[in-house]
Amino acid sequence: MNKYVAVIKNIDKTFVTKKGQAIHALQNVSLKIKNNDFVCLVGPSGCGKSTLLRIIAGLEQASTGTVVFRGQPVTKPDKRLGMIFQEYSLLPWRTVADNVALGLEFAGKPISERREVSKKFLDLVGLTDFATSYPYELSGGMRQRVAIARALANDPDVLLMDEPFGALDAHTRILLQRELLRIWEGNRKTIVFVTHSVDEAVYLADRIIVMSKSPGRIRDIININMPRPRNRANPLYGQLSARILDMLEEEVAQLSTVAIVKGL
Amino acid sequence: MNLKSLYKFAIIMVVPLFLFSLWWYVAVQIKNPVILPNVEDVIELLSNPTNNLISMGSLASNIIVSLVRVIVGYCLAALIAIPMGILMGYYSLVHNLLNNFIGLFRPIPPLAWVPLVLAWFGVSSLATLTGIEHGQWYIYLNNIKLSMIFIIFIGAFFPILTSSIYGVQSVNKTLLDSALVLGAKSSEVFGKILLPAAAPSIINGMRTGLGVAWMCLVAAEMLPGSLSGVGYLITHAYTIARTDIVIAGMISIGLVGALLDYLFRFIENKKFSWQHLAR
Ligand SMILES: Nc1ncnc2c1ncn2[C@@H]1O[C@H](COP(=O)(O)OP(=O)(O)O)[C@@H](O)[C@H]1O
Ligand SMILES: [Mg+2]
Repeated sequence: MNKYVAVIKNIDKTFVTKKGQAIHALQNVSLKIKNNDFVCLVGPSGCGKSTLLRIIAGLEQASTGTVVFRGQPVTKPDKRLGMIFQEYSLLPWRTVADNVALGLEFAGKPISERREVSKKFLDLVGLTDFATSYPYELSGGMRQRVAIARALANDPDVLLMDEPFGALDAHTRILLQRELLRIWEGNRKTIVFVTHSVDEAVYLADRIIVMSKSPGRIRDIININMPRPRNRANPLYGQLSARILDMLEEEVAQLSTVAIVKGL
Repeated sequence: MNLKSLYKFAIIMVVPLFLFSLWWYVAVQIKNPVILPNVEDVIELLSNPTNNLISMGSLASNIIVSLVRVIVGYCLAALIAIPMGILMGYYSLVHNLLNNFIGLFRPIPPLAWVPLVLAWFGVSSLATLTGIEHGQWYIYLNNIKLSMIFIIFIGAFFPILTSSIYGVQSVNKTLLDSALVLGAKSSEVFGKILLPAAAPSIINGMRTGLGVAWMCLVAAEMLPGSLSGVGYLITHAYTIARTDIVIAGMISIGLVGALLDYLFRFIENKKFSWQHLAR
């Protein structure tokens, strides 16, 4: 098997807004994602993290450059590339179990198999008892667990996660980070995880990709070799976090200098 | 019934009881049934809905005729407005193509169409359209004039169209994206995500549309060629100074309208409770 699941090559993305304004979101982004890698993308807000993830998922087309997934260019969504969104993405009119089975339903799987698989993945995320509940009956953290179960039930090769824990409180967030690592260690999917929390990135990632401010470029790639579970009290943990925070601060500082120069 | 619901019932009844007493009192004072008939007379009429009235058929049979007219016009409106609204909500090209044009027609009150509608359709009815010229079916179909259907259609069309457009446009894009990454085909995104997500808004528009259609009824039944229906009953009773029948007819229109609205609300609460509960 090829060492790389996905190869992102010279991606440029320019959006044209409804008013006809061009927004340069990504500039010359190249990235190789290894099999079983846990990659975190951090960067100032608006630097194009979501855009990059959506291009990898096939939800958005790059202006130039290519994403090659398992040897094939990505041009449209592919169920081997699963995605989890920050916002609410469960169907509010379906039960939790039916939400988890959604991908299998699209694949035309019989109802018995859908039930079985959705139970298996609800067990995995600890929501066995909520199979017949509706999403509005769940807390934010539980809903993201369901979203994770739904993505995993489709058995993707790569899991693209766009700030999935961004809306959760600090405690729930740490709980879910731990749980995600447990799941990942169990099935070793490849994960590309976007976050604006440096702490989260250092806790989770094998590799952290630091992006520069808009138009997003790759500023630095940091390998983290600390064994898991990582201890936030470890001095190395603190040093790494501080180093990445410094980079981000520089980016944001540049941003505000630009703003001052422009008289904003 | 516990004390709380008894209390709630009492609260609901305060205003109607007050108005009824006022009506009763004023009617007794002025002693002129043409201006204001006695409460008893109207209640008498309402409690015997199958009695034949001034050779115009009974209250009940006229309500049924009216209902059939409204349902025909309304269904036609829904059948056109819903698909059109969904297309306009989904494809911005279709939206741009039609929206301004439709926007010109929206503010025209259904009644303003009457002269044009008469010129177009005259007294032709569903019987003319289907070519049936005698027998029991002719009597039924001839009761449903095209002009009436058109007025009712216009009334129901715009609320349904507007809310269908809005319903589709306001579907959370993340829901569509998440279905796509799970491997949904376009038809599945449409049928399993877009439609169910837009359904509460569409149903809401259908409810409003039915209300407006029902309100257009009297206008529609005042058109020439109309020989039945609650609207006709009211206008005809007025010409022979039977104000009690007028009021009984008005109350029936109100009651039936409220009942239809209640039916829709019931469906909304049963099938779409997720919409209010979703956060
Ligand atoms: N559909 C779009 N149309 C126009 N501009 C967009 C669109 N999506 C994103 N952008 C712009 O691209 C830039 C990057 O956005 P995004 O990828 O969401 O950043 P991030 O996720 O890093 O916060 C922003 O300036 C944003 O306004
Ligand atoms: Mg983002």
